[in-house]
Amino acid sequence: MSATAEQAAHAVRGHAAEKAEPGPDALAAERLAARVRRFAIQDRIFLGVTFSFALFVLLVLAGLLVSLFIEAWPAFREFGAGFFVGTTWSPAREVYGAVIAIYGTLVSSFIALLIAVPISFGIAVFLTEICPLRLRRPLGTAIELLAGVPSIIYGIWGLFILAPLLQDHVQPLLGATGLALFSGPPLGVGMLTAGLVLALMVIPFIASVMRDVFETVPGVLKESAYGIGCTTWEVVRRIVLPFARVGVIGGIMLGLGRALGETMAVTFVIGNANRLSASLFAPGNSIASTLANEFAEADPTLHIPALYALGLLLFVITFIVLGLAKWLTERSRRRAGL
Amino acid sequence: MDAIPRESSPLYRRRRVSNAIGLGLSASAMVIGLFALGWILWTLVSEGFAALNWAFFTNSTPAPGTPGGGMANAIVGSLMMVGFATLVSTPIGILAGIYLAEFGAKSRFAQVTRFVTDIMLSAPSIVIGLFVFAIAVATTRQFSGWAGSIALSLIAIPVVVRTTENMLSLVPGSLREAAFALGTPRWKVNLAVTLRAVRGGVITGVLLAIARIFGETAPLLFTSLSNQFFNADMSKPMASLPVVIYNFALSPYEDWQRLAWGGAALIAMIVLAINIVARTMFRDAPRN
Repeated sequence: MSATAEQAAHAVRGHAAEKAEPGPDALAAERLAARVRRFAIQDRIFLGVTFSFALFVLLVLAGLLVSLFIEAWPAFREFGAGFFVGTTWSPAREVYGAVIAIYGTLVSSFIALLIAVPISFGIAVFLTEICPLRLRRPLGTAIELLAGVPSIIYGIWGLFILAPLLQDHVQPLLGATGLALFSGPPLGVGMLTAGLVLALMVIPFIASVMRDVFETVPGVLKESAYGIGCTTWEVVRRIVLPFARVGVIGGIMLGLGRALGETMAVTFVIGNANRLSASLFAPGNSIASTLANEFAEADPTLHIPALYALGLLLFVITFIVLGLAKWLTERSRRRAGL
Repeated sequence: MDAIPRESSPLYRRRRVSNAIGLGLSASAMVIGLFALGWILWTLVSEGFAALNWAFFTNSTPAPGTPGGGMANAIVGSLMMVGFATLVSTPIGILAGIYLAEFGAKSRFAQVTRFVTDIMLSAPSIVIGLFVFAIAVATTRQFSGWAGSIALSLIAIPVVVRTTENMLSLVPGSLREAAFALGTPRWKVNLAVTLRAVRGGVITGVLLAIARIFGETAPLLFTSLSNQFFNADMSKPMASLPVVIYNFALSPYEDWQRLAWGGAALIAMIVLAINIVARTMFRDAPRN
């Protein structure tokens, strides 16, 4: 930038020098040159300011990782690798193991994906292949609004509306199957309810990504399939889905990343009990809900470091999952030539 | 050679049936999604609107077991913390977005920043709370509205950065060239020409960021904590709508639970209204 500014100033000065008489032209040229120099300085300052704010984003991430690690260090020193395999989480006995929280996080997210993926797929298919053009935008916006609803709303709704409903009508039915997965008293709150609420929360994210990648499928491909007599469903399964595969997986990973880290909705309905149980009816705890429940009243010597260790673990896991999601969606976009 | 299968042949029937089932299931998935949205909204209206009265907006949160009361302290706390977070995150986000779109382009640094911003968009907000606790609460030994506000702005910044950058990348190069050809300095081109050309989209980004942080609970739990009394001093613990809703909803008192529903309805209305305004007023806005 500054090089061009210098050149411009030089050219202006040279032009003025040719006339070889100091007059109003030369004065104007001098003023112009000064102005160009000033612009160059201003530009450099502007570049510096915008750059430093972009750098700020990176520094926040670095600071976040470093400070979580420093705060978690006492717990790592005390328990070592045992922290990640310990099955006891007891503030009373000062023994902290992450397995209960990890298990709760993974199971609730897994249930969420099990429900959310097919529904999101259906929504994306509906929005791109079936829906009348006029309704596409409003219906798409409605689904996106579902993503805008704050998680605390899902939490309070899940606790007061969904949980009693499940307790009275759904859990007895599932319990009658006699599976170990659905054993124990129907409490309403628990792993299953948490998974259900999470599913509702991640549907809009997964559905939006799927819809966007479905839209990148070239019309020519679909039209040729229709041309040889394929039904809409066959086009979806044999043309759209294979073409959009990478992006679809990216969307699912994005949903997973969201589900793993979701705090409020889960805290309301997971039951908040620090024990492992094979039954999905049993209350449990996820990493995020443990943090939300215990942090404010935790003892600083070991309890807080243990919670920081959980937080660091959660952040690293979601970072990897979201990074993968980003990489996959980016790849599918490039493939579509966007 | 086989004859061409007729319309009534089993093959045709099977394909038609599987088509109908597939499309039917897709349509019902859409119905499920809309039903969920409708159900949640209806619940908020039926449970929450009853609690929204004059006292709700003028009185502070009641002591346990005391009837009446409202959420005035929480509303003011939320507005102050969200307001300050918006003031901080808007310029930072816009300038960082300008760097990524106008200067960084394909450089390694810009690519890494873009990647990190995208991940921070979806990163667990409770971890941001942990981070801010470590840097702003543990160091000052004081839960405060400032800490809550810092946490909120850290969440808002990536939203603004990404929308600004996405919008700026839509500006045609010829517009920049035309401005450069007039001898305009670069900072002026970026601020007064390109940014101005996409200001609707950038405002949408800021609005979406506000909508996002207005409902955030997790990062406030151990930064601003909460406060039973009215407090407009940001250096003290501060009540906010989401945290009060969380505390009251899980309390055993019916009055508190009713207030929590009222607060939930209020937050949902505000957030959805901002979302709808942002999406309809500026139609070219990006979806996220």
